[in-house]
Amino acid sequence: MSAVIEVKHLSKDFKEVKAVDDLSFTVEGGQVYGFLGQNGAGKSTTIRMLLTLINPDSGEIEIFGSNLQNHRKEILRQVGAIIERPDLYKYLTALENLRIFAAMSGVKISERKLMDQLAMVGLVERAHSKVKTYSQGMKQRLGIATALVHDPQLIILDEPTNGLDPQGIADVRNLVIHLSKERKKTLFISSHLLNEMEFIADSMLIINKGKKVAEGNKEALLNPASTEVELITDDKEMSVRRIKETKWGDYLVEKGNSSGNILLAIKKELIPELNRTLVEKGVNVVSLRPRHSLEDFFLSLTGH
Amino acid sequence: MLQLLQIEIYKIFKRPRTYIAFAVIGAIIFLIQIGLKFGGKEYVSMLMGAMNGIFEVPPGDILNGYFICFFILNLLLLHVPILVALIAGDMISGEANMGTLRLLVSKPVSRTNLLLVKFAASVFYTLVLLLWVAILSLLVSILIFGTNSLYVPKELEANIMSESDVLWRYFAAFGFSAIGLITVAAMAFMFSVFADNSIGPIVATVCVIIVFTILTQMQIPFYDETIKPYLFTTHMLGWKGFFYVKGVDGETVKGSINNFSAIVKSALILLAYSAAFLFIAIWYFRKKNILS
Repeated sequence: MSAVIEVKHLSKDFKEVKAVDDLSFTVEGGQVYGFLGQNGAGKSTTIRMLLTLINPDSGEIEIFGSNLQNHRKEILRQVGAIIERPDLYKYLTALENLRIFAAMSGVKISERKLMDQLAMVGLVERAHSKVKTYSQGMKQRLGIATALVHDPQLIILDEPTNGLDPQGIADVRNLVIHLSKERKKTLFISSHLLNEMEFIADSMLIINKGKKVAEGNKEALLNPASTEVELITDDKEMSVRRIKETKWGDYLVEKGNSSGNILLAIKKELIPELNRTLVEKGVNVVSLRPRHSLEDFFLSLTGH
Repeated sequence: MLQLLQIEIYKIFKRPRTYIAFAVIGAIIFLIQIGLKFGGKEYVSMLMGAMNGIFEVPPGDILNGYFICFFILNLLLLHVPILVALIAGDMISGEANMGTLRLLVSKPVSRTNLLLVKFAASVFYTLVLLLWVAILSLLVSILIFGTNSLYVPKELEANIMSESDVLWRYFAAFGFSAIGLITVAAMAFMFSVFADNSIGPIVATVCVIIVFTILTQMQIPFYDETIKPYLFTTHMLGWKGFFYVKGVDGETVKGSINNFSAIVKSALILLAYSAAFLFIAIWYFRKKNILS
């Protein structure tokens, strides 16, 4: 599969706050790509730059192989998105909202197809109700319908399960799986809830304070054999210095590591060899263990 | 573009608040017409009192549909801009406030086109509102009060137009007023681009109109040369020029306008203001980060 989104060295400052800091990543076609980070990590700013709502200070965005700045209209015609809350015209009905956003996307869609879209998100019986009478979950589902109404190839969902009850979350999850597996869409989904992504994402990018702290496919990130090893010693600074003197220095995870402990990105099988080196170098090892859950990994990287 | 314009107009006229302006105008004009129907002759006598001995016209002849319309426009055209600001000042900021602006801007429509379409929709609303004013103030007044010659008092003189020489002047005056109201719409629209809630742009527009109108109406010679010629509110009164006529031997020259070049100049200044407001709005919006 070719790259659908390719972001290179993207940065954005808001006055003195670095919202996005030299971020690069690639999303392959047909993937469900999880974009993870705590609130305020820079997810929404990145998504807004992908949708041309915010101008980057530097960096480059290519979508479908074309530069976003130069081919904005052609690209956005194939993109559907929910950005943060699913705010729609409350004084209009669901059908009217859908009709408007279909027209804004440059496609003519029959009334029957619009109703099909509403049926897909379970709102066909409320098609003629004004949105102001909708619950949060219904608004969220309608937001998804408006994002999909023009049958885009790339779907960007920013925190799509925010405010939903467990059933609503399960519905969104099933819809994402359906869009990915049955309709072969590429989905770029941001969330601060890792457990959601574990179910649906093929690949993930984790950011913290605007910077990338990890990227890879879910299996690789979840697989304890290929994730990270946490080292606790009696003297962290000295230990880091000693590690840097060896080949293991290349595997130190420093960027975004605010866990307070030493992290090394190595396979589980290499732990004995690492331990031998540490002992030889006079490092007093208190604990040396692999990270075996994505949640742990995520928390260790983001420092929460 | 046409489809986008239809969408914007549809959105404007689906909002209940849009009809507030129509209801307000309807109520004011109705009250004026009722008041003048039952106490109009006394009012006209009082109005013409200053010209006693110069004109001997029965108040009943003066009080006709054309005069009522002039009276209404004189009162109303200073206040209609506030009603125009209610919608034009909400066009972008209202979308930002609702959270729908980010959806619109992420669609495959250029920001310039989006802004032009929204401004065109504001203009459409302004014209429909003006048409409503025209129907109520001219058509309904003619139906209630009938037609006759139009007497337009100006200081210690009166401009008198024969019955057959009036209607075209109203069409021209409404056309000119449209230009003036579009200028106000453009200003409110420009303010709305800078804000993320509707109150700010609407209040800002109303404040500018109030301050400029006060300056326009101040009878201080210093301001006559220095400030007034540059205020758009000064030029918005240009519609009255269509009712100031030329006279020969005390008789009105039919179809004449006393100072047509002044009207044209005012119209051009208003158009220049509109273009400048729109240009600033587009310039800013094109580089604006949408954070709402």
